[in-house]
Amino acid sequence: MPYLGSEDTVRELRRHLSNPNVQSDPLRYRSSILKVIRAMSQGVDVAGLFSEMVKACATVDIVQKKLVYVFLCSYATLNPELSLLVINTLRKDCQDPNPMVRSLALRNMVNLRLPSLAEYVEQPLSAGLRDRAACVRRVAVLGWAKLHNLQPASEIDAAVVNELYGLLRDPDPVVMVNCLRALEEILKEEGGMAINKPITHHLLNRLGQLDVWGQCEVLRVLQRYRPQSESELFDILSLLDASLVSPHPPVMAATLSLFLVLCPDLPAVSFAALERVRGPLLAACGSASRETRFTALCHIQLLLRSLPGLMGAHYKRFFCGYAEPAYIKQRKMQVLVELVNDDNVAMLLDELRGYCTDVNADTAQAAISAIGRIGRSYSDQCLQILTGLLGLQQEHITSAVVQTMRDLVWVCPQCSDTVCSALEGCEETLQDSQGRQALLWLLAVHGERVRSAPYTLEGFIDGVRGEASPGVKMELLTTTMRLFVCRPAETQDMLGRLLHHCIEEETDMCVRDQALLYYRLLRCGMEETRRVLGGRRSEPSLGVLIGRPAEPISQWASSFNTLEPLKQGAGETETTGRASPQHVTFDLDSDLSDTLNSGAGGFSFSPAGVQAPPLTLSLSPALSPEEFERLWTQRRAPPAEEGAEELDYVCLEERIRCPAVPHCSPQSLQAAMQLVNIQTLAFTAAHASPWRVYLYTHAQQAARSALILGQLLYAGEDEDEDEAGLSEGPSPRGREEEVKVTLKQRPRDEKALQGFLSILTAVLHTLPFNTH
Amino acid sequence: MTKHFASTIAAMISQVFILSSQGDHLIYKDFRGEAGSDVVGVFYEKVTALTGDQPPVVMNHGDLHFVHVRQGGLYWVATTTADSSPFTLIEFLNRLAALVKDYCGSLCEKSVQMNFALIYELLDEVVDYGYIQTTSSDVLKNFIQTEAVCSKPFSLFDLSNVGLFGAETQQSKVAPSSAATRPVQSSREQGGKSEIFVDVIERMSVVIGSNGVVMKADVEGEIRVKCFMPSCSEMRIGLNEEFSIGKSQIRGYGAAVRVDECSFHQAVRLDEFSSSRILRLCPSPGEQTVMQYQLSDELPSAPPFRLYPTIERDSGGRLLMYLKLRCDLLPRSAAINVCVTIPVPRGSVSVSQELSSPDQSAELKLQSRAIEWRIPRFPGGTQLSALFKLEAPALGPAPLMEVGPVVLAFELPHLTVTGLQIRFLRLSPVQPGPSQRWIRYVTHSDSYVIRV
Repeated sequence: MPYLGSEDTVRELRRHLSNPNVQSDPLRYRSSILKVIRAMSQGVDVAGLFSEMVKACATVDIVQKKLVYVFLCSYATLNPELSLLVINTLRKDCQDPNPMVRSLALRNMVNLRLPSLAEYVEQPLSAGLRDRAACVRRVAVLGWAKLHNLQPASEIDAAVVNELYGLLRDPDPVVMVNCLRALEEILKEEGGMAINKPITHHLLNRLGQLDVWGQCEVLRVLQRYRPQSESELFDILSLLDASLVSPHPPVMAATLSLFLVLCPDLPAVSFAALERVRGPLLAACGSASRETRFTALCHIQLLLRSLPGLMGAHYKRFFCGYAEPAYIKQRKMQVLVELVNDDNVAMLLDELRGYCTDVNADTAQAAISAIGRIGRSYSDQCLQILTGLLGLQQEHITSAVVQTMRDLVWVCPQCSDTVCSALEGCEETLQDSQGRQALLWLLAVHGERVRSAPYTLEGFIDGVRGEASPGVKMELLTTTMRLFVCRPAETQDMLGRLLHHCIEEETDMCVRDQALLYYRLLRCGMEETRRVLGGRRSEPSLGVLIGRPAEPISQWASSFNTLEPLKQGAGETETTGRASPQHVTFDLDSDLSDTLNSGAGGFSFSPAGVQAPPLTLSLSPALSPEEFERLWTQRRAPPAEEGAEELDYVCLEERIRCPAVPHCSPQSLQAAMQLVNIQTLAFTAAHASPWRVYLYTHAQQAARSALILGQLLYAGEDEDEDEAGLSEGPSPRGREEEVKVTLKQRPRDEKALQGFLSILTAVLHTLPFNTH
Repeated sequence: MTKHFASTIAAMISQVFILSSQGDHLIYKDFRGEAGSDVVGVFYEKVTALTGDQPPVVMNHGDLHFVHVRQGGLYWVATTTADSSPFTLIEFLNRLAALVKDYCGSLCEKSVQMNFALIYELLDEVVDYGYIQTTSSDVLKNFIQTEAVCSKPFSLFDLSNVGLFGAETQQSKVAPSSAATRPVQSSREQGGKSEIFVDVIERMSVVIGSNGVVMKADVEGEIRVKCFMPSCSEMRIGLNEEFSIGKSQIRGYGAAVRVDECSFHQAVRLDEFSSSRILRLCPSPGEQTVMQYQLSDELPSAPPFRLYPTIERDSGGRLLMYLKLRCDLLPRSAAINVCVTIPVPRGSVSVSQELSSPDQSAELKLQSRAIEWRIPRFPGGTQLSALFKLEAPALGPAPLMEVGPVVLAFELPHLTVTGLQIRFLRLSPVQPGPSQRWIRYVTHSDSYVIRV
C-alpha cells in the first residue's frame, strides 16, 4: 500500500464512505469505517469525515454503530451543529427493543459532551433510570453525572438526586455502585453524598455481591462514615475482617485504609489490622506482575514506619530476584535495611554483598549504601565487606564505597580507624566527582591519621587545572586547609600552589571566592584558622544511628493506598539531608551549637550537664560476663552495713521515667549504649517481666578511672503495689513507665557517677518507642 | 480527636491508552475529557527518559498521573487526575491486558493492531466515564460483538507443535501449545469443539549459598483455568487429598503436600474443600486464576540443581572455570530450556569452552558481562560439566570476587515442586459432543541463584 499523507488518507476514506456501492454492501461499509477508526487511533486527524460518519450511524449493524460512536464521541465537540443530526438517531435507538442498543445509544448521547444537547438528553436519561434492563440503568445513572459535569453551573435537580438515592436499592450491584459514583460527582460541592447509618449498613450488607471494583468503591465512600457508638464501630470492623485478608490487593488496601480512618483513636485495633494485612501484602510482593510487586513494596515501607518489626521474620521474601528490574531491587534493599536484626544480619549482609557486583551500576551502588546503613548498627561486619569491595578496584564500586564510608564515619566515629586504613590507594580508581568529593571529605576530617594523605592531595592539586567539577575544587580547598592545620609542614607548599591557582586562574566564582576567603582567614593567624576550621567530626545526635522512632500511624495513613508512596524517590528513607555529612565548621562553645543541637531534635551528651574536667567513658579493659556477675553479686549486700568499704565503692538507686525502654528492641538499646561507650552485657527478652539489662563502663574523669556496673530493672505494673509505700514521690500512673536503675561504682567518685547517670538518662530518652 | 478525612476522590480513570514499545499509538480512549491526546506523546517521552533507578510505574505531568504496566511488550497506560488507589489501577490494567489476551488470542503489538475495533468495544463496556463497570468475561461476552482477527489461521490439529512448552514427551495426551493462544469467542464457530485447560504453574525462587546450603526457597503457585466451553455450569477440581495449609500441620508423611498460604478466586465455592479438597466453580470463558498459594523457606524435595564450580587463574592470565552442574530431579523427569548465566569479571574479552554434548551452547555476552550456557534438555539424575577458559587481558586484582552468583533459568514440565496434583476434573452437566480437558503442570524458575 502506498504511503498516504494525512490529507490524502482523509480524501481516500471519504471517497470510500460516500460511494453508494460501498454503502449498500454492509461488509465493505463496515471495513471502510474500520479504516477511519484505525487512522484515528494512529493519530491522523479525520475530523473532516464527520458528516459521512453521521450518515453511517443509522444502521442496524451494532458493530458498525459502536465504531461510529467511537468516532463521533471523539470529534463531536468540534462539530456541534452536525452532531444535532445524530441526536435523532440516538433518541430513536433509545426506544429500541434490544437493551444493548438502548444502553449504547444512551451512553453515547452523553459522551458527545455537548452542553447544547442537554435538553434532548434529559428525557431519555430519566426513562433510562426506570428501564427494565440493568445495563441501561447502569448507563443512565452515570449519564446524570456526566450531564451534571457538562453544565456545572446548572442547578441540581432534587428529583433526580432522590431517584438516585432510591436506586441504591437496585437489585443490580453495578447500578448501585454507579449510583454512589454519580451522587458523589453531582453532590461534590456539598462534600459528596450523605453517608448515614442506614446507607452505610445497606452498603455493608451488599458488599458480598459486588465485584472487586465495586467493593473498592464502597469501601472508599464509607471512609466518610463516623460510627455512632463503639459497638457499631466494632460490628463494622468485624464485618470487614474478611476483606482485610482478601486475595485481591485493591480490596485489601481499600479495607485497611477504611480501618485506619475508622479507628484513629484505637491504635491497638489499627496495629492488629496491620498484622492482618501482612500475609496479603507479602503475597502481592511475590505477584507475577512487577507493577503490583512494586506497589506492595512501597506500601510495606509505609507500614514499617509504624511497625518496624512487622516483616522481620519474613526478610527472605525481600531478597532480590535475578531478573527483577532495578527499581524493584532498590525498594527491596530499602526494606531489607529496615528489617535487620541480630538473628538475620549475617544472612542479610551475605545477600547484599552479592548485589554489590551487579551488572547494573545503580543496583550495585544501592546495595553498597544499604550495607552502609546497616553498618550503623553492625559496623564491624559491614566495614569488612566494604573494604573487601575496594579490592575489586572498580570505578563505580569504589566510588560508592567511599561515599558510603563517609556517611558511616559521620554517624559512627568509632569506624574511623578502619576507614582511614582502607582509604590508602583508592584515589587511583576513583573517577567520578561524587566519589572524589567523598574521599576529600574523609581526608579533611581524618587526614591526620591517613599516612598518605598529603601525597593524595598533591595528586589532586597537580591535576586541578584539568578538574571540571567545581564541587571537587571546593572540597579540595577545604581539605587542604584542614590538613594544613594539623600537618602544616607537609602541606604548606601545596596549599600555596592551590590558593594561587584558585585565586589567579580559576574562572568559577564560587571556587575563587572560597579560595579568597581561606586566604584572608590564613592572614588572621594560625589560631584563628584552627578555631574556624576545627569543626566536628561526627553527627552529634543519636537519631541517625538508632533509626527513626516508630511513627504513629496517622503520619502516613492518609497516603496509604494513594499514588503518593509510589512517587517518592529512592532517597526517601535515606534522609540524606541529615545522614550525609557536610563541613560543619562552627565553634562548639558558642550558642550556635546549642541551637543546632536542640534544633536537630537529637541528643547531645557533650555540653551542659558535664562540666570540665570532662567525663569520658571507656570500654577497656573489657569485662567478661562471669567477672561482671562476680563483682555484682559480691556487692549485693546493702551498702549501709559495710561501713568499711564505704570509701571504696558506692551504690546508687534511681528511677528514670522512660516509657520506651522496656519496649525497645535489644539491638537499638545496645547500639545506643555502645555509642556512648557503655557495654550492655545481658538482656531479658523484650516484654518479659521483670525486664532487666546489665551494663558496665569505665568512667574517667581528671585522670581518675572508676568501674561502673549497672542494672536497669523494669518491673511492670505488678510490682507497683509492693513498693508504693516505700517511695512517695511519683504517682502510680507515672510509676508504670519508670525504670529502676541500680549503679555500683568502684572506686567511689560521686561526681563521675552523677555524670554517668545523666548520660544514661539522656541515652534512654532517645530510644525509639517500639511495640516489638 | 484527630480527624483525617480521607480524600473522597474516586478512582476515576481519565484516559486509557496502549503504546507499542516504539511509542506507536495503538489504542487511545478518553473517558472524561480532562486531558488532551497530546499526553500520549508526553508519556512516551517521560518513560523512555527514565534512568535505571527511577521507578517508572507512576509518573506525573502537571495534575495528570500516568500509571502504567508493561505486558506483552506494550505499555498499558491509565491516566488519572485524582489520587487514586494504585492497587486498583494496576490491577485494572493487568486485567485489561488479560481480557485483551483472552479476546484476541495473544498479546502482542500485531494482535492489538489487528483487533483495535474489538479493543475499543471492550473498553467501552469495561469502563464508563472513568469508572470500572465490569471485567468479568461472563458479563462481557453478551456485549462484545466484534470477531477477533487472528494473525494466522488457527488449527487445532497443527501437529508440528508437539508437546507443551517444547518438551518432547511420552505422554499420549499432550495439549497443543497453540491451543491456549486462541481467542475465547471463536469457540462459537468451532462447531462445539469445547476444551478446558487447567494449568498448575509454580514459580520458584531459590538462593543456594556458596557452601551448598539452601538459604532461601520460596514457591509461588497458581491454578489457572482457561475455558473454551460454550456452556459449562459447574466444574469440580480435586486436589491431592493430603493437601494442607499452614505451618502448624503435622507432617512426616511422604505424600503430604503443604503450602503456607492459599487464597481462592471469589467464584470458587469451598464447601467440599475442607473435607475432600475439592474446588467447585463455574468457569467464565477465558482465563482466570482459581487459586494462588505460597510456600516459603522450604522445599518438599531437594532443590533441582546443584553447582560445583572450580575457578582458578592459569599462568597465562586466563581464568579457568570448571563447572559441574547436577540435576537432582527424579530420573523420569527433565528440565528444559536451561540457561545458566555466569557473571564474569570486567575486562573479559572472549571465552573458549568445552561442553559435554553438541546440543549445548555457550557464549560470552559482553553487554551483560556474563557467559550464557544453554542446555536444551537436562534429564533428572544426570550431571553435566563445562570448562570455560576466559580470555581477559586486563583483569582486576580480585577477579574471583567478580565471578558469580550463577543464575539458572529453566522450566520443569509436568512437575510441581510442591507436589500439588489435580486428582480429577469433572464437568457437570456432562458436556454434549466432544470436549477435552487438559491438565498441565509446569514449574518455572523465578530466580534461581547459586553463589560461588
